[in-house]
Amino acid sequence: MDTVVEKKPGTKKKSAASAYGKEQYLFWYELMLRIRRFEERALMMYGQQKIRGFCHVYIGQEAVSAGLESALIPGDGIVTAYRQHGIALGRGVSCRAAMAELYGKETGIVKGKGGSMHFFYAANKYFGGNGIVGAQIPIGTGIAFAEKYKGTNNLCVTMFGDGAARQGALYESFNMAMTWKLPVLYICENNGYAMGTSVERTSNVEEMWKIGLSFEMPSKSVDGMDPAAVHEAIQEAAAHIRAGHGPYYLEIKTYRYKGHSVSDPAKYRSKDEVQQYMDLDPIKTVEDLVLSKKLASEAEIQAIKDRIKEEIDDAVQFAENSAYPDGKELFTDNYIQADYPYITD
Amino acid sequence: MSRELTLRDALREALLEEMRRDETVFLMGEEVAQYDGAYKVSKGLLEEFGEKRVIDTPIAELGFAGIGVGAAMNGLRPVIEFMTWNFAVLAFDQIVNNAAKTLTQSAGQFKCPIVFRGPSGAAGQLAQQHSQTFESWLGNVPGLKVISCIDPADAKGLLKAAIRDDDPICIMESEILYGHKGMVPDGEYLVPIGKAAIRREGTDVTLVTYNKMVLVALDAAAELAKEGISAEVIDLRTIRPMDYATIIESVKKTNRIVVIDESWPFAGISAEVAYAVQKHAFDHLDAPVIRVNSADTSLGYAPTFVEEFLPNPTKVIKAVKEVMYVTR
Repeated sequence: MDTVVEKKPGTKKKSAASAYGKEQYLFWYELMLRIRRFEERALMMYGQQKIRGFCHVYIGQEAVSAGLESALIPGDGIVTAYRQHGIALGRGVSCRAAMAELYGKETGIVKGKGGSMHFFYAANKYFGGNGIVGAQIPIGTGIAFAEKYKGTNNLCVTMFGDGAARQGALYESFNMAMTWKLPVLYICENNGYAMGTSVERTSNVEEMWKIGLSFEMPSKSVDGMDPAAVHEAIQEAAAHIRAGHGPYYLEIKTYRYKGHSVSDPAKYRSKDEVQQYMDLDPIKTVEDLVLSKKLASEAEIQAIKDRIKEEIDDAVQFAENSAYPDGKELFTDNYIQADYPYITD
Repeated sequence: MSRELTLRDALREALLEEMRRDETVFLMGEEVAQYDGAYKVSKGLLEEFGEKRVIDTPIAELGFAGIGVGAAMNGLRPVIEFMTWNFAVLAFDQIVNNAAKTLTQSAGQFKCPIVFRGPSGAAGQLAQQHSQTFESWLGNVPGLKVISCIDPADAKGLLKAAIRDDDPICIMESEILYGHKGMVPDGEYLVPIGKAAIRREGTDVTLVTYNKMVLVALDAAAELAKEGISAEVIDLRTIRPMDYATIIESVKKTNRIVVIDESWPFAGISAEVAYAVQKHAFDHLDAPVIRVNSADTSLGYAPTFVEEFLPNPTKVIKAVKEVMYVTR
């Protein structure tokens, strides 16, 4: 097997980021900004009760989606948990379809059937947002199983949080994926908290990347506040997987600036701690870098900001103008069988 | 033309034929490959299809059920074998929260054509944890279809239909009836999901049942015939969607019904049948609907407990006489 690379988590290596060109930086910047602005607006609309139900935002974690999307190839799949707007937007779900889904409208990405936790986008192999903590870990393993079965060169990125990593489903999945050398890239987005319970309160093993070691799975910790670091780690992992060596596991250390969900005031952590991470904000960091390296002008950056603002405004308008699904749509998409005899009395 | 086959061999033929027909079909579970299956249902399949398609798993029901769901979402047709449905409880998250929800959550973008199968029900002195039925648990879940059948010919045709079906399906077999024999037609055939079978025609009382209780009902019917009572025996075969029409039509003819159901009485299959009959055949009933279920307890080990727990012909005959208002 490949050597397992031990690296102190949290140690900020000198970003190799400056090795990338304008196009790459602006790709990351634009995607991260789109996710940030989309969710900021979603929170605002939640406050106005336009959006209901559970709503878990990704703010602070955008570099993970950005680094993923620049490193994967068409044909690769992603499955993740319920903090998933950012991943879905990265997969190419439009702001319109995403916002309309949050509104519960028929023009949403899943026709108002899923809401905040359950976007799916088959066209780009986005296997969804999963609402049961950790349940997507075996599913992603199975998606990878199918890729190997069909003899493709694709992999499945299977994402979960530090909370889900304590589920038994992870143990079973890691074990079978290694036994069968499945093309699966496991990513633990470690944002420090399982809802309100900090990592060190959930296990003796605080360094999440070490979970892979007992399966002899190549395992690394990555700085998730830097899209370039994420991109590089994923490229390296993907090369290992595509070479037929089986799974790879990355702990991506990140942080959510907001609470677990809209109803969580996050009293379990200090303002200082939040500020510490906000100082590392990936969007601001990339913006500063692009400007200081003169890879893009202020005007170009402003143009991106304007474009995204327009996109979000348009998405909100689109969602506002769309209709709710007919209540009778409850009786579609439960079965492929078109004449399934529902009990109606 | 037909031949006599055991339930085990009929199921094996179904797997064999479907795996030959469709390369996306694979079998996964504990001991299904090298061991030929805990109950030998998959005997010889490893030899023909190899390790790629007949896959031994570690003991990890939740994990391999979920791997099946992911594989189904990504274009394959998994058959997931549970050594018993009692162990599948560990996998209910994947069956109930994912297999059943994938199509609706994704608004039709991802289907989940998967078959979960294995034996269900009491199988002798196996005590509390190995003697349960799950038809009513899973039949409660929209998005799933549930089949429970021990007739070899029908079980084969239903398994083949289930593998070809695009919806997730749970199939309940029977540990103690894998050796049960029946005539199985030669050649290719399917049995439609959602249709009951009338195993014995009768005019005085309708006995509705499924899985191995069909044999109990048939034994009772034979005894009742000696006393001049003509019982019609309906084998539901599919639990969800239930074939209400066949039940109602029979009750309209016999005006009396007893439901024989191995599951526990509370909110089970028998309750569902009773509801449907009072709703749709109220004016045709000459007696209340009566049910014969397993006891409302867990099943203990001793043989006397097994006898007390399960429905049997004596209990069924007593129930039939009750709806017939026969006192002898």
